[in-house]
Amino acid sequence: MNGNARSTTRNGFRKHSLALALAAFATAFATSATQAANWDVTITNLTNGNYFTPLLVTAHDNNTHLFQVGMPASLPIEHMAECGHLNPLLSTPEVGAIDADTIADPATGLLAPGTSTTAMLVTTATHLSIVAMVLPTNDAFLGLEGQLIPSEAGTYTYYVNAYDAGTEANDEVLMTTGACAYTDNGMIPGAPGMDAGTNGTGVAATDSNTMIHVHRGVLGDQNPTGGNSDLDSTIHRWQNPVARITVTVTP
Amino acid sequence: MRLFHLFTNNIPSYLAITVISAGLLTLSACKHNDDDDDMMTQATYDITVYNLTNGQPFTPLGIVVHEPTYIPWQLGEAVSTGLETLAESGDPSAFLSEADANNAVVMSVSSSNGPFGPGNSETVSITVDHAASLQLTVASMLANTNDGFTGVSNWGIGELAAGDSTSIMTHVFDAGTEANSETADSIPGPAAMGEGFNIARDDLDRLTIHRGVVTADDGLMTSALNESHRWLGQAAKVVVTRTQ
Repeated sequence: MNGNARSTTRNGFRKHSLALALAAFATAFATSATQAANWDVTITNLTNGNYFTPLLVTAHDNNTHLFQVGMPASLPIEHMAECGHLNPLLSTPEVGAIDADTIADPATGLLAPGTSTTAMLVTTATHLSIVAMVLPTNDAFLGLEGQLIPSEAGTYTYYVNAYDAGTEANDEVLMTTGACAYTDNGMIPGAPGMDAGTNGTGVAATDSNTMIHVHRGVLGDQNPTGGNSDLDSTIHRWQNPVARITVTVTP
Repeated sequence: MRLFHLFTNNIPSYLAITVISAGLLTLSACKHNDDDDDMMTQATYDITVYNLTNGQPFTPLGIVVHEPTYIPWQLGEAVSTGLETLAESGDPSAFLSEADANNAVVMSVSSSNGPFGPGNSETVSITVDHAASLQLTVASMLANTNDGFTGVSNWGIGELAAGDSTSIMTHVFDAGTEANSETADSIPGPAAMGEGFNIARDDLDRLTIHRGVVTADDGLMTSALNESHRWLGQAAKVVVTRTQ
């Protein structure tokens, strides 16, 4: 982020000069709403030590919302944010099944810090949403919220925050056995970097904001076998943005 | 002179009032001029602020609609006493009084329902004479801080057509007028119920992006705050909808 009051979640929007060069081309062909465009969507993990669970990348219209910051998380969003599960979202009318403009898990598994993956969509839609859980956390997810994508050819860049789904207390305690359940009020389902601790007594018993909000970050500590957090304060903290999204549009 | 100002996009508020009092003559003059008829139109804006923090109540909103020459704050510069008061105590009245004294200010208002907590929102509806150059400023203290506030300044809203909506995510500023001690006697919010405004300026005396709170959970043992009061970057979403 550039530290400007007018920065938005998705600031850094800019067109490459290619867009200008092809503007005349795009205008000449006057792309109609029904003509499909190719969107090559690249997601980069900008964090130091956090993994992204399988990503959902989906195109939709202006009136569709997978989630809205400041509003309650739906149950499918809770599943995604607490356990990384995408199947519930793929059963919603907002997303629907996997098809040409709904791609699930382009990285085929976790997206490690510093790495990128690309989802290639073919779509007649206008807006793009992307979600995935941030691990290891209780219910943090990266979210691109219904971003309008220009119809003109070009490459467009967006930076996104980590949000707190508001559905689980941020106890920062790692599960040691069993499967992740969204019904738990606590428990981090995994630390893929194998760099978390054990025996944390719990950071937060409840969260004050039960709406989707900007995640306050994790606390962590420097006690790998105790303390209140199982996270490592020198590894697992982040600042926003946590992900960069570039969309290359080819009408 | 009045007509000249009518056809610019930059009328100070006192001139806008003059134009209205000039009455039907100028109104009819505008009627068949599509380019400028919005100069005589009223616009109603619904301004909603969502509290996106986990543990920071927002104090009543200070809202100013104005022309671009009113600049309520600038990063790197010392803040006004009115903004210092808002940032240290949460009371927006001095900030709004300063705004009212500025010729570029069209309207100022505070929200009327008191503080609002995490997960909640506050909406204020305002009606002003429309100009394409209108800007919006909103400010609110994060109550569990020494002198942290969030908001947006000089945000252009005049280009919104009726029915249009726009939004922005806002950062947290440190007014730089009170040391970030986080002690119980210095934070007015519910975490501490300490002192609000104090005219002493014992910090940088310039506006910065807030570096966040440290809290007792992260080793500042004299802090009245805990980890629940932290935030990262943006604290609020402001949505403006022009309803007419």
